[in-house]
Amino acid sequence: MPDRPARPPAHPLLELTWARMLEFAREPGAVFWTFGFPVLLAIGLGVAFRARPPEPVRYRISGDASIAADVRDALEGSVGIEAVDLQEPDLDRALQAGRIDVVVQPTVREEGTLEVTYRYDPERDAGRLGWHLVDDALQRARGRTDVVEVREAPERSPGVRYIDFLIPGLIGLNVMGSSMWGTAYNIVLARRRRLLKRLAATPMRRSHFLLSFVGARLLFLASEVVALVIAGRLLFGVIVRGSLTTLGLVSLLGSLAFMGLALLVASRPRDTEVAAGWMNVVMLPQYLLSGAFFSWERFPEVLHPVLRLLPLTAFNDATRAVFNQGASLVSLGPELAVLSVWTVACFFLALRHFRWQ
Amino acid sequence: MAGLDGVALRCSGLWKRYGTIAAVADLDLEIRQGECFGLLGPNGAGKTTAVEMFEGLNTPDSGTVEVLGQRWRGDGDVRLRSRIGVALQETQLADNLEVEEVVRLFRSFYPSGKTVEEVLVLLGLDGPRHTRVHQLSGGQRQRLAFATALVGDPELLFLDEPTTGLDPQARHRIWDVIADFRDRKGTVLLTTHYMEEAERLCDRVAILDHGRTIAQGTPGDLIRDLGAEQVVELTLDGDVSDDLLCGLPGVTRVARRGDQPLVGVNRIGEALPALLDLLAARAVPVRALVTRQASLEDVFIHHTGRGLRDA
Repeated sequence: MPDRPARPPAHPLLELTWARMLEFAREPGAVFWTFGFPVLLAIGLGVAFRARPPEPVRYRISGDASIAADVRDALEGSVGIEAVDLQEPDLDRALQAGRIDVVVQPTVREEGTLEVTYRYDPERDAGRLGWHLVDDALQRARGRTDVVEVREAPERSPGVRYIDFLIPGLIGLNVMGSSMWGTAYNIVLARRRRLLKRLAATPMRRSHFLLSFVGARLLFLASEVVALVIAGRLLFGVIVRGSLTTLGLVSLLGSLAFMGLALLVASRPRDTEVAAGWMNVVMLPQYLLSGAFFSWERFPEVLHPVLRLLPLTAFNDATRAVFNQGASLVSLGPELAVLSVWTVACFFLALRHFRWQ
Repeated sequence: MAGLDGVALRCSGLWKRYGTIAAVADLDLEIRQGECFGLLGPNGAGKTTAVEMFEGLNTPDSGTVEVLGQRWRGDGDVRLRSRIGVALQETQLADNLEVEEVVRLFRSFYPSGKTVEEVLVLLGLDGPRHTRVHQLSGGQRQRLAFATALVGDPELLFLDEPTTGLDPQARHRIWDVIADFRDRKGTVLLTTHYMEEAERLCDRVAILDHGRTIAQGTPGDLIRDLGAEQVVELTLDGDVSDDLLCGLPGVTRVARRGDQPLVGVNRIGEALPALLDLLAARAVPVRALVTRQASLEDVFIHHTGRGLRDA
């Protein structure tokens, strides 16, 4: 087959961006880790932490057989509690291990009234709260009446499940991971292979080279975020309450901040291992502290002002607010400000110290 | 248009130190427009450091470099960069791109130049145009590096060890392209440690050792200045003094490579029998004896007492 003559080149920025995309697309591993892995992770974690119906309080009656049978009959059919037939003489151990939540010990006083002792482990909620359920059921069966009229109104609001919390967190991890690795690794590799030096010897504008990373990244970013949004929607019914445009803009700014960080990490090292070490120094604390898998508000309060300033914290909080509260761009001011400052500062420092050789 | 005076590159008093070691020490050069100039020397002689300062990739500690009548002003020297072509020693271009894609990428950086197609054909890369860089042979890679240097139609071409590690066939192919470029009035500065390459391609050479120029001129003049047409390389079990060797008829000079003599000769027919007689009379056994044309290698040995390869 005779080859068609080569097409003439387009604008250097386009050619650089195109080259970057070709290189990425021709690396099957990179494609999987960027798109496939986060979706698999979402599925795994979503299944592990899926919402379950509340479990009943498990109790065991001990003591004199006739009284025990009496109490048992009284409790039979009550909602939220369940008698456990445990063939285990050592009830203390069963309590400790959590196989039962409450031990009910009824005795009959001399005057004929019933007296009940509830044994439970105060460290565990199932015992601490559960004995009240058992007691309530017993008292009602014995004829106690309510003095205040009570109505129950359980509310199952959408957006409060763990998976609703998790999907925006995974988007955060993914945007940070791919923005940083995709940028820093390739730059350091090009430096080690002297490709940077070779490019510096051409009339290429150096800003074009760096912008080509941004261009290629943003195109991939869109598909990464969309992949997770769709997976969350189809598999777990996670919906974006805010506008998709807002989500897109937040992702864009987040990705720019992480690329700035990556550029800063990659501005000097000649060695990919050294760069990888720095990447971990930058990324690992954010993995742990920025509320990807659980809320950062669980950390001691003195740390909160610092945690809020991490780019991933700002990004996670912003995407979560868009997902679950339908936040508008305006209401995300503080988070967007944090991301903007990181972006500008990192790009500025990185370009000042960038080593082409 | 090069420098107004027909000089393509001029450097004077050029110094570059790394720690206490001077990689380039007080280098003065003048490369004329349209010539092929060779920087020769063993590994570590400072060739690459010098060339990278010429290319504006490395800043001299002191001294001046003038390329095509201009000095390097900083990173943004887009105009001057578009008039030179560069092939660095051992650049790994993007592994996952195809040959044509790499050439097109580099072409996009230059405001004018050859078409991608022309360059592919010129370097015989139109066949493997859709081959990815990591699948290319060593010779093809060098030609691709060359292609990226030629694609902007440069006035001045810098080639750092363009044929190192290539088989003879691939090497001849590169030589043809260099000769062709020079024949079209292009100026070439190449570094090499292959004397044959320099003698074949270069109009003039400078021989570098430890960052200093130890000889400069046309290959023919430098060899002629040795005063010897032939060189007899001896490997002896024992020794004879240089004075005795010099006294023989037809012998013009004696150099040493290691402790073995290299005897420069202009009348081989007279010198060789006399030499053998002397060795026989002194009872010095001869393990090997080779006669050959004097070369740039001998110029280097003459100045340094070392061979280029074992330096």
